[in-house]
Amino acid sequence: MSEHRRIAVVVNGTPYEAEVETRKYLAEFLREDLSLVGTHIGCEHGVCGTCTVLMNGVSVRSCLVLAVQANGAEVMTVEGLATDGQMHPLQEAFREKQGLQCGYCTPGMLVRAYELLEENPEPTAEWVREGLANNLCRCTGYQYIVEAVLAAAERLRGSSVAEGQPFEPATSSRTNQEA
Amino acid sequence: MVETREESAERKWVGKSIQRIEDPRLLLGRGGYIDDMRLPGMLHAALVRSPHAHARIKSVNVEAARRLPGVTAVVTGEEAAELCNPMPDFGPDPTRHEWRCLAKDKVRYVGEGVAAVVAESRAVAEDACDLVEVEYEPLPPVVDPEAAMEPDSPLVHDALGSNIAYEKTMVFGEVDRDFEGADVVVSDHLRWHRSSGQPLETVGAIGNFDPGSGMMTIHVNSLTFTSYLFMVANTLKVPSNRLDIHPHPAGGSFGSKFWAVKVAIIAGMLAKHTGRPVKFIEDRVDNISNSDHHGSDRTYQVELAATRGGILKSLRVKVVDDYGAYIQFGVGHHGNALAQAVGPYRIGSLQYELHAVLTNKCQQGAYRGFGSEVQNWVLERMVDLMARELEMDPVELRRKNFIQPDQFPYFIPNGNLYDSGNYEGVLDKALELSDYESWREEQRRLREEEGRYVGIGICTAQERSVFSATEFWFWFDEPAAPVTSMPESVTLDVDAMGNITATLYSCAFWGNSPETMVAQLVAEEFDVEPSQVNVVYSGTNQGLPATGPGGSRFTVMIAGAVQGASKKIKDKAFKIAEHLLEAAPGDLEWSEGGVAVKGSPDRRKELSEIAMAAHLFKHSLPDEIESGLEADQVYDHPYTTMPSEDRKNLGVFYPFVGHACHIPVVEVDIETGKVSFLRYTAVHDAGTVVNPRSLNGHIIGGIAQGLGTALLEEFVYDESGQLLTSSYQDYLIPSALDVPEVVVGHHETPSPYTVHGIKGAGEGGRMMAPAAISSAIDDALRPLGVRVRELPATPERILGWIEAAQAQSSS
Repeated sequence: MSEHRRIAVVVNGTPYEAEVETRKYLAEFLREDLSLVGTHIGCEHGVCGTCTVLMNGVSVRSCLVLAVQANGAEVMTVEGLATDGQMHPLQEAFREKQGLQCGYCTPGMLVRAYELLEENPEPTAEWVREGLANNLCRCTGYQYIVEAVLAAAERLRGSSVAEGQPFEPATSSRTNQEA
Repeated sequence: MVETREESAERKWVGKSIQRIEDPRLLLGRGGYIDDMRLPGMLHAALVRSPHAHARIKSVNVEAARRLPGVTAVVTGEEAAELCNPMPDFGPDPTRHEWRCLAKDKVRYVGEGVAAVVAESRAVAEDACDLVEVEYEPLPPVVDPEAAMEPDSPLVHDALGSNIAYEKTMVFGEVDRDFEGADVVVSDHLRWHRSSGQPLETVGAIGNFDPGSGMMTIHVNSLTFTSYLFMVANTLKVPSNRLDIHPHPAGGSFGSKFWAVKVAIIAGMLAKHTGRPVKFIEDRVDNISNSDHHGSDRTYQVELAATRGGILKSLRVKVVDDYGAYIQFGVGHHGNALAQAVGPYRIGSLQYELHAVLTNKCQQGAYRGFGSEVQNWVLERMVDLMARELEMDPVELRRKNFIQPDQFPYFIPNGNLYDSGNYEGVLDKALELSDYESWREEQRRLREEEGRYVGIGICTAQERSVFSATEFWFWFDEPAAPVTSMPESVTLDVDAMGNITATLYSCAFWGNSPETMVAQLVAEEFDVEPSQVNVVYSGTNQGLPATGPGGSRFTVMIAGAVQGASKKIKDKAFKIAEHLLEAAPGDLEWSEGGVAVKGSPDRRKELSEIAMAAHLFKHSLPDEIESGLEADQVYDHPYTTMPSEDRKNLGVFYPFVGHACHIPVVEVDIETGKVSFLRYTAVHDAGTVVNPRSLNGHIIGGIAQGLGTALLEEFVYDESGQLLTSSYQDYLIPSALDVPEVVVGHHETPSPYTVHGIKGAGEGGRMMAPAAISSAIDDALRPLGVRVRELPATPERILGWIEAAQAQSSS
């Protein structure tokens, strides 16, 4: 029952080696062994998409993938999006568009959106909706998430270097007032 | 009282869509949810759940489980009954339907916990659960609520002697007279199946008991009603002042984390038992089957009376509500329904007959609307039916019966108050935004030219907000606890640098925006930037009374608390400034985040200067000024009155009443039963809006949930009481492809009774969408003679209705 294996895995660019129980899921490995608690667990049966991470550039449900299956793989989680204290344009756009409420599905949603924009830098709203349909969000009704992904796509197209802005711990005085 | 744009122009921060303060940490994966927390030496718990709907527990053998390496303890229901008192229960006569954190003697629904295992890891705890041997003696299940009411039905609770937990008929006004005098009466049988909030994060807690001090600390993602936590302390057998509950951000609630105390009690019990911190996080099956938070499950017989000219006169409602195995909140859900039972209409009398029934299912709790959303659906179904009967346009029938702007404040027949509104204003805006007239033409064209079944729905309904506690007890002639206010509190503390910290005392964060709201409200009071305001959450042991989100109350109540605390601080700041500026009282004014002499704006002291003096230079100030610059404010319900003794008048209990009009355009595929959206328009009046973008997000998200209720989501129990929908493969949550783009509009009618004129608005989307979508499906299928009388309207059901209607018309 408690068989162990040694695995080597690169997570967000950092190499790790660890002894893991063979039945341990990748989500648990990330959260418990690496303290990368940004990857959340929603349904534990592969439907809701909350635990989505990229494995070798492809999205997987980390509640269904065993940690040992990630041996030799490169994994990207939400913690890998922001660099040098700057939010990724997707994170900025989610903030500006209020593409989140409780934030629980958000890491999986961001990772899936990242994958979508890698695949297609010029998406339509319909394409984004379809691409996100495997990730459930219980708060937003998806509309502002779709808007955020489209806004991020535009920003990423606008410059080859991401125009990241330093994030502030509290709201800035910038406002996006609307009727 | 119509548009408030001029008035809101006087406000600097209230009314602005500033970015949310909560969001950066959530976007960075640093949300701080309960499962992210680890304490040294922490153990993990899992539950053994009942596979039976109704069974006597003959024996529980835990020996094999206890022997498994890594297992620290196994607690059976019988042992839990020694460790803990029964669960807190606000229902009628709790001793006759006793509820415990783990089942003792018998199980009453599939999923009920019968034992808890504590181990070094969650995985080992789950392994050990499989080793616990429970011997059951199955009993006949009580599944159908109507059958449960029969005298010879098996009993869910023997001590109750019946499965009817509560029943009463309330009559307000001259109902019989109004029905006798009516030209037209329509009646219908309506069915609303159970669903629930299903946040993507389940309920979780970490218990931590210090045997040295006797202090029980529990970290939770569910905290409400801090004034009632002595009941949790009683269950855990600790003194009320030795219980400290720390709120953590929740990954969604939608009602389902409202007073969800069982998980916290189990974690606390196990921590006390093992002497180590214990984490218990529900898995998804726990949350679906054992959450204590299923939504309404109702069967209705309804009659609506009107004149031939379309004046609505009276409403008779008979409702059987299937509460499941326990009834923790009593029939407060029907207090909610009564708060807006006659909707936006001048219906002069009301009869409400309630039968609350216990069955072998998970008990009801809270789900966005708390039972009032069902009443909205029922009333709007009946108004649509009346329009059809009278051959009137459903829009015009509604318009004809609206309470008019000059009739506010308006008392509905049972005594609750609607504070303000302009229902025609909302309707007209919705008709305009939805291109209603052109869609009517397009509908005709698509029907005639392409044979497509397109329907336009309408719902004009209420969103009550800010409850007082009377709705939980006015049902009873001799209430055990005639409590009134449900307060909310804040502490504002201006430090020596002039930076402001706001301390909140109820739940941390549920996906609503308490920090953003408070920062905007404080910024408004002090004329500072919201970014200057730090918001923190207190544990309950040092806490002031707080109720937390629920019943769309938080923003209204916290605005009152913030205004009160701000005034206390500013009063003191003025006194200090009088001394520093050598100015007379009354010569000073608050200006640009500081205090200035009227007419001489250069003679001023910044808040930071005043704060520095307040904190450090007490002896330079007049004697009566104490050091520091902070204030508490407990804000009580601003407008509630007591019910009359005979309960002919329930008093004012839910008075800040928003309104909305939703107009969906749908197409029904009559081959598959699938409903798709061509357009969706929602116009809301939530009084003064604090952050429009955030509110729109809640409206759209609420519509998505209402869409789930209307079309997809249902907890199905079969005739043996087995739960057939225990995963997201069977319980269908709307995806991005199911939810349409929503056009949102606002028509602000400020409340005359609340700070800034705010009304609550967190539930409105779900309170309207089921009625609006049902109306649209009706309209689409009208040529086939189909009406929606049961939700969810799944493809399977819709096909069945079409088939039945065709069979009827051909026979």
